Amino acid sequence: MQTTVARDLAHFSDEALVALVARGEEDALAELYDRLGGIAYSLALRILRDRALAEDAVQEAFLSVWRSASRFVPERARAQSWLLTLVHRRAVDLVRREDVRRAEPLADVETGGTETAEEATWLRFERERVQTALKTLPDQQRELIELAYYGGFTQSQLADRVGVPLGTIKSRMFTGLTRLGELLRDDEREPWSARISTS
Amino acid sequence: MERTDLHELSAAYALDALDADDRRAFEAHLGGCERCRNDLADFSYTAGLLAYGTPSTAPPASLRARVLDEVRRERQVVVPLRRPRFVLGAATGLAAAAAVALAFWVVSLSGELDRSRAALDVLADPAARSIELEGAAGRLVVDAEGQAALVVRDLAAAPAGKTYEVWVIQGDAPRRAGLFEGRAARDLVLLDRPVPDDAVVAVTLEQDGGVDAPTGAPLFSAST
Repeated sequence: MQTTVARDLAHFSDEALVALVARGEEDALAELYDRLGGIAYSLALRILRDRALAEDAVQEAFLSVWRSASRFVPERARAQSWLLTLVHRRAVDLVRREDVRRAEPLADVETGGTETAEEATWLRFERERVQTALKTLPDQQRELIELAYYGGFTQSQLADRVGVPLGTIKSRMFTGLTRLGELLRDDEREPWSARISTS
Repeated sequence: MERTDLHELSAAYALDALDADDRRAFEAHLGGCERCRNDLADFSYTAGLLAYGTPSTAPPASLRARVLDEVRRERQVVVPLRRPRFVLGAATGLAAAAAVALAFWVVSLSGELDRSRAALDVLADPAARSIELEGAAGRLVVDAEGQAALVVRDLAAAPAGKTYEVWVIQGDAPRRAGLFEGRAARDLVLLDRPVPDDAVVAVTLEQDGGVDAPTGAPLFSAST
């Protein structure tokens, strides 16, 4: 039964799934988890470097989706962006509180045992696309974005760490993320408008 | 503290990199600044793509169950939907019917995506009402215009020669509102007529092709 449900819901956009979650449909939340749980966990683990804490962050993010799906406005953001924002915020809160951040990158990386070959290929493609775009940025901008997003550092912490004024950090981060967005959108395969909308 | 252009903080906000004072200032500013809301939508999307730059690590299988268990526990605390007040007596009174067979169509989730779109629009409408079905697992969702979609779960497929037929009943007059075959997991049916207030939407099992008036008691229903 579980697989039949998943097959039917597979035709729904992420945004339509959120609409179903807002109606209290557990199946829709399960489908969202099946689509985005892997990337959510990978992100949380990258930031937190701790499997138990990463699981906590993912669980709390999905619980937030469940609680506040009715307030999600699909015209304003993609469901994927929303979920990853929730995961990121939670992970960053935890890393700042627990001080679990370490300087070295996560050593032992498991490759996904639950992914299909097609998904694994797609994830690898996305990873290369993002990493290529990051490498295209000037080093100073790339470093700030990576430390902020993956490391959970605030702007004032970055100013101390990099040794430049806070105002410089702010403008570099804005310029860098703007440029990164342009680079990533240039080779976007799926248009931003590909979503369910009432308009 | 140096002077800051608040617009410029939208990028750092999307990266969760603002210090507490800047975050409060930006959040206060955001409500009145459309430019920043638009920028933030773009930046949040870009930030979300950064997640894909991380090494991919499969979560433990137990996490899925944990998430869903937690959601179920939550559901017992929060009751988001009011219970319908439908009583079966209203159903047995089904009498004469409208003779005009109206155009209808049935949404099949297995492929007819264009058609499912209209039903999804109803589901996605934040102003739509959602009413739990009485007699089956699922919901009737009705938007402000009365356009309605039926979501039914775990319904047995209609037997050979039979079809499920949807009725919109106001007073004593059941009107045809569409046919569907019933799938094991989930049916999503866009009703082919609007559902007014104080109506009952009911589903019966009928001959293939549908009939003009229901021949039996409803299998399940919802009252608006």
